[in-house]
Parts: sequence; C-alpha cells; structure tokens
Amino acid sequence: MMQYKGWEGFVPGKWCNDEVDVRDFIQHNYTPYEGDAAFLAPATEATKKLWDIICDLTKKEIAAGGVLNADTKIVSTLTSHGAGYLDKDLEKIVGLQTDEPFKRALQPFGGIRMSEGALEMYGYTIDPQVKEIFTKYRKTHNEGVFDAYTPEMRAARSAHILTGLPDAYGRGRIIGDYRRVALYGVDYLIRKKEEDKLAINGDMLPEKVRDREELADQIKALKALKEMAAIYGCDISRPAETAQEAIQALYFGYLAAVKDQNGAAMSIGRNTTFLDIYIERDLQKGIITEEQAQEFIDHFIMKLRIVKFMRTKEYNELFSGDPTWVTEAIGGMGVDGRTLVTKTAYRVLHTLDNLGPAPEPNLTVLWSKRLPVNFKRFCADISIRTSSIQYESDDLMRPEMGDDYAIACCVSCMKVGKDMQFFGARANLAKCLLYAINGGKDELMKDKKTGKPMQVSPEFMPITSNDALDFNEVIAKFDNMMTWLADLYVNTLNLIHYMHDKYSYEALEMSLHDTKVRRFFATGIAGLSCTADALSAIKYAKVYPVRNEDGIVVDYRIEGDFPKYGNNDDRADELAVWVLKTFMKKVKSHYTYRDSVPTTSILTITSNVVYGKKTGNTPDGRRGGTPLAPGANPMHGRDCNGALASLESVAKLPYEYSRDGISNTFSITPGSLGKED
Amino acid sequence: MIGRIHSFESFGTVDGPGIRFVVFLQGCPLRCQYCHNPDTWEAGGKEYTVEEVVAQALRYKNYFGDKGGVTVTGGEPLVQIDFVTELFKALKAKGIHTCVDTSGITFNPESETSVDKHKKLLGVTDLVLLDIKHIDDEACKNLTGQGNAHTLAFAKFLSDNGTPIWIRQVLVPGITDGEESLARTRAFIDELKTVQKVEVLPYHTMGAVKYEKLGLEYPLQGVDAPSKEKVAYAKRILTEK
Repeated sequence: MMQYKGWEGFVPGKWCNDEVDVRDFIQHNYTPYEGDAAFLAPATEATKKLWDIICDLTKKEIAAGGVLNADTKIVSTLTSHGAGYLDKDLEKIVGLQTDEPFKRALQPFGGIRMSEGALEMYGYTIDPQVKEIFTKYRKTHNEGVFDAYTPEMRAARSAHILTGLPDAYGRGRIIGDYRRVALYGVDYLIRKKEEDKLAINGDMLPEKVRDREELADQIKALKALKEMAAIYGCDISRPAETAQEAIQALYFGYLAAVKDQNGAAMSIGRNTTFLDIYIERDLQKGIITEEQAQEFIDHFIMKLRIVKFMRTKEYNELFSGDPTWVTEAIGGMGVDGRTLVTKTAYRVLHTLDNLGPAPEPNLTVLWSKRLPVNFKRFCADISIRTSSIQYESDDLMRPEMGDDYAIACCVSCMKVGKDMQFFGARANLAKCLLYAINGGKDELMKDKKTGKPMQVSPEFMPITSNDALDFNEVIAKFDNMMTWLADLYVNTLNLIHYMHDKYSYEALEMSLHDTKVRRFFATGIAGLSCTADALSAIKYAKVYPVRNEDGIVVDYRIEGDFPKYGNNDDRADELAVWVLKTFMKKVKSHYTYRDSVPTTSILTITSNVVYGKKTGNTPDGRRGGTPLAPGANPMHGRDCNGALASLESVAKLPYEYSRDGISNTFSITPGSLGKED
Repeated sequence: MIGRIHSFESFGTVDGPGIRFVVFLQGCPLRCQYCHNPDTWEAGGKEYTVEEVVAQALRYKNYFGDKGGVTVTGGEPLVQIDFVTELFKALKAKGIHTCVDTSGITFNPESETSVDKHKKLLGVTDLVLLDIKHIDDEACKNLTGQGNAHTLAFAKFLSDNGTPIWIRQVLVPGITDGEESLARTRAFIDELKTVQKVEVLPYHTMGAVKYEKLGLEYPLQGVDAPSKEKVAYAKRILTEK
C-alpha cells in the first residue's frame, strides 16, 4: 500500500522513501516509446475555441501597441490576484498571471524604475503609493546594485564593454523542479524543507543566518503556492492523483514562478517523460482517452504561450522581441541506454500542429544519434512544416549532466532541481581588443567632464606606433586587458547576485530545488568571431592603425588577405579557441559568489546587434556600429567554403571551456538540402 | 600534381548522392548561355596539390555517410583530367566515393591519347554526372559554342565501360524545352546501359548578378525560369516508362 492515493499503481523506489527524487521516480515508472505518430489526436472543439480567444486577444494586443492591459497598482505575488480565465468552462488546465488574460503583472522587486518606465512607455502610470513604497520603504535589487557599484563598474557598464547585466531586472535562468509539486504535493515538500532548516544549527555565521532565512522564505512560498491553487479551487497539498491533476499541479508550480519573478528567461524544465507516466496510468485505467490526454497537453501549452511580462522597449530591443524563454527540454537518452522519448514528447510537439507554430514555449529536442528513428522523422517533419523546434546535442551534454537536466534560456544546461545559476550576461571581447590597442580608452565614448575619450580601464600603455600592428605586441596587451576585464566582470556579477539574493530572492523556485544546490556562475562572451578575425588580420595581413585628433585608433587600414574564422581553417579557428580559453581561465581564477562554479557561454543570439552598435571599427575590417556575429557564428559573409566548413570551425570551440553553451545560428533553404523530400 | 581551383563547397547536396564535398575547378572551353558560374570560365584559379585537396575533403568524411563523397565540377573539370584522375585515385585509396560533373567535351574518340586518359579516369570514378547540353548538334553550337559530338560519344563510352551515369538536362524555356528535342534526348538515353538517373535542372536567373560583376552581357536577358508544369512535363518525357 502506497503512502498516498496519488502514488498507487507506481513502482516504488527511493523516490517514495522519505526522499525527494523525481529522476528515480521517472526511471522506475516511465515507458519509452519507439513507435510513430499515428496515435496522436487532433485538437478538440474546446481547444479550438480557446485558441481562437487567444488569437483574438493577440490581435487586440498588437493593435494596442504591444500591451493590452497592465496592472499599475497590485504588486504581483503568488496570491495577489483572484482567479483568471480564458473561458472557465472550457479550460482543462487553469491559471493566469493576473486576474485577466493578457493583463501584465506589476513586478517591482527587480527595480521600480524598470516597472515605472515600462508602464509609461505603453501609456500607463504607476500607482503613486506603490512607487512610494518601493522608493521610500522597500529597497529593490536595482537600487541595491547601484548603491554598491564602483565607479569602474559604472564606467564599464555605460561604455558597454559589459552589457546586458541583470542589474535592473530579474536575472531569471532558474528552473524550479515543478514536477515535485505534482509528485509529492506541497505539504510533503514543506515538511522536507522544515527538516532541512532544523538541520542548520550551531554558530550563526552570516552564511547560516542567510540559509535559515532563505529556507523560511521557501517554506512561506510553498504555503503561498497552496493558497494560489486554492484560489482556483484546486488542492495541491497532496500528490496528484490523475494526469489532469499532475499537469495542473506542475503548471501551478511554474505559474507561481512567473508571478514571483519577471526573469530574463523563465524556463520550465524537462517534463514530458514525467507527465507521460501519469497519462499512461490514466489511459491504462481507461479513465481518459487519447483525445483527452492531448487536450490537457494542448491547454497546458496554450497557457505557456501566453506568459507575458511588462518590460521596456529597450529591453525588447536587446532581445529582438519580447521573449520569455519558456524552454521545455524534450526527449534525449537515458544513461541506461533507454530513450527518454515517450508518447508525451510526441503530444507536446503535436501542439505545433494542433495550435499552429509558435516561438514559445521554446520546445527543445535533446538530440542524440541514438534517438528512435521514428521520433527523428517526426521531429524533422514538424521542423520542416513549422520551424518551431530547437535542437541541442544530448550526446554532448549527457556525459556531464546525466539524464535529468533541462535547458535554461536557449542553451544553458542544469540538472533539474539540483543546479541553479547566476545569469551573467556578456563581456564584449571585441571591444576589449580595441581597449588593448587604445590603453583602455573607449573608441566611441567621451568623458562628460573633459570631452576627451573616456578612460574605462586603468591607464594601460596603448599602442603608439603607426606601423602595421605587431601581432605579439597586440596579443600581450590584449592578454593584459582581458585580465582586467575578467576581474571587473566577475566582481560586478558577484555584487549583482548578492543584491538579487537580498532583495529579489526566488523563494518559490528555490523551494523546488534541493536545499544543497550546485550554483553556476554563468558568464558570457560577445564578439568572439570578430575578435578572432581581427587577431588573424593582424597576424596574417598588415593592419595599420588610423587615429583621430585625440590619438585614439578609430579605424584600421588592412593590406592583404587573412584567414577568417568559419572556413575550417586552423590558422583563424585556433585564435578563436585561444581567446575563449584564455578569457575563461582568467574568469576561473577569481572568487565567485556563493562558491558557484564558473562557466561561460557564447550565445548572443539577438543582442549581438545592440552590442555591435556600441563597438567601433575593428581590425578585421568590420565597420563600427554594425552587428557582431550572433553567438559563436562566423562574421556575416566571411564563411565561403559552405555550411560544413562553417560548422566545423564552430565545433572546434572546446565545450569544456564553455559549459553554459555555444550557439550557432544557421539557416538553410529547403532547396539547398537536396532535390528530393 | 597541381590543380587550378576556383573554390570549395563543404556541404554539397545537389551534385551527386548524399552530402558531398564539392571541388570547383577553374576554366571551361564552353560558353553556355545559361551558365551560372561564368566566374569559372577563364583559366586561373588558386593552385592546390592533390594532397591538399584530399586533406580538405577528409575533414568532412564523417558527414559523407553511406552515400556521400567528393564531386568535382567547374568550370569543365576534365580540362584538368590528369589532376582529376590523380585526385580520384587518392580519394579511392581513402575509400571515398568519387563523382565528376562534366559535359564530356574533352573526350575525343579520334584521339588515342584522349581515349586513354578518359579510360584511366573512369578506373577511379564511381559516378559521372553527364550534362547533355542539347541533343541537336547545331542547337548545341548556338547554345554553348561547341557541337555535341564529343558529349554523345563520351556517353556511349561510359555506357560501354559500365560506368554509372546520371544524365542532366538544364531546362531553358525556348531553347532546351522543345518536345521534339526532349524526345530525341530520351531516345538517346534509352540506348545507354548504365544510366541510373535523369535529372531535369530548371534554368534559374541567379547567375545574372555574376555577369554584371564580371562586366559581361547576360545572354539570356529576359528569359524566365521554366514553370513547374514545364519541368514536370520535361521530366515525364525524359524519365517515364
């Protein structure tokens, strides 16, 4: 006899023996699926009607200039709003961020100025009392950071050598293990957290006090989560008893996270294999049909599609749109060799047919050579028709991360419920190279007081000769400048994340993690290919500096040709590898907040455009203000040996130095993939 | 052995089976009006040794799978037949599928040396993509500047030699899409024993930009790509049983 009714019919294991272990539950209970897509069911009438309501609201939202409605008064918490519906009678999975669909929540804990500014841009005015509370009585993360920033940090920030720092908005990137809500029920989770809290004893060093306080906040958040579900008439104090309840409970966990945090990326984890166990159980019992199973999934995904945040237009410009990065990782292989693909992986991808293509949730297939061939075909078929699936290499990530990791944002992997990360935006290395040449003076910005070029780093010796740049001299200076930048970057992030924990702690998301969590310190690099090409130009061609009246090198005259990153030419590619390794080693040499593990990413998928705007002419011939390449892509138009050569160049970047992810944006027309289907 | 090369494409998917590393050789004796690579006509190009090209190709061996390999095209690759033969010999030694995309223009059945050289090439060639420009000798001259006798002789030579052939027919409205000439082409193909596939390649205007860059007049000004129906019709004539 199982402890809970919701566990009946499941194979017991460590997971139900006074532990929280979702992976163990999955491994004991899931059914791999290697068949084809023939079993899938179309959208029900209710699904179609609900989707029509959303399409209609979307049209109205676009007509209204991007925001249909926004809360100006009620500060969003788990229980701040009453129940909201699209159509209460039709919805199988319920819950909205506020009490109305498409009404954006007010989330000022990251920064009141961001909230106020965003509202203003769309013609709303923040309630004066809320503004007063968050300026006079309640400090925000943003205020904390700016209280503590050093002048050098501010300068680097305004010169955009450090860019996109999460200092005025929610850092995001944390993925709660929302499955725990369904599997264990909230009361069980509260009990486990209370036990953890009791175990923190002894000398009350600041760290212990913080840990106890955070656990108290987590417990409060879990209690609020129960209350939030109760507003919708649902009891999630106990384990879910049906598939519908499981999906609902899991979604409530996620909904609570987005009510609590307006994070840069609010990913949802890896849920299809887990949910499939519940759906299979109900199908076996004969209490639901495939149509109903698909309907639950369709309604769940529909809710994820309408997650919205109130953000400024600049923020949206940085990310080219209004992304929420509700990334759901699908499929992959288990470490025991069985595939983690289940029928529910199909059901979730099938929403792209039932509801039509959409960018969110960001459905991400964890690709392995060993995935079932039917599933591969199914994915390829949907990709061809909808262009809405992201693929990532499970074979690359599994050895390090096991088989229960998920993806935060677009490429950043973490073990679900066991890892979290401190999102660190990017350091612009192309600009760092320009600083090396100009002794740390910005090539674009002027000092407001003196009108002279702004000195951002301490004064380093610039390159003074007007001869062709000497590769060894540039490398030596660049190495020094990277040392400075890595130091400043890491410490800026240390400060930012201290303040985020202090003033905008993600209590709900962290309550769905193990108490002893591994933290990643996720730094990032922008401008890698531009930097590699610039170094290659200096090494293999002749690059003459062109100075302005202040003696600042503002342009470069290039004589001769040089190898370029993206052509599978080791001469250029090894420079990219050198830059990555050198910078990462410097990052690793520093203290990182809460003993986090330093990682880096090369994944500026859209912000490369904005970063490029703030970067002057570079020695590779790139014009100032034009975009850097996205992620680890070669510079636009410089890869001239075809796709594989370009991909091979990117593939030389060592993943162990860039664990937080490497992205390469690659588009291809169907015709260039061959002549036959 | 040195070859003069225009460029490489590491992800070729339309010149032979599977994923292919494509080598574009420089130089061509023909001046086909529809040519979309006029930048490969003149002699020149960058010099590479056989070893260098093999080393390049081997970088992509993992992608070739069961079907892919290396395709040599141009220009007219067989202007440099000795280089191609040496290259294919080296590739075969590494177990790589070899394919040449040619007009057959270099094959002179009257010349013993020419026949010998082509015979040697076929010894290390897995597949020939043979471009029949026009089945009518006179029309062929108008279209390419040369007659088709060498091409047709080469086709028979391939057939007799047992070399697999993919026939390619570029479909240019008003020039190569006449029913009568397509039917004649079909009759010719039917006499060959080793044809595995007949490809109809619809003429496109993407090459026009290159003419402009090279300061050349574009010969097919005003000719549009053939309609889907025309292409399907040509395919039917050339392939249907």
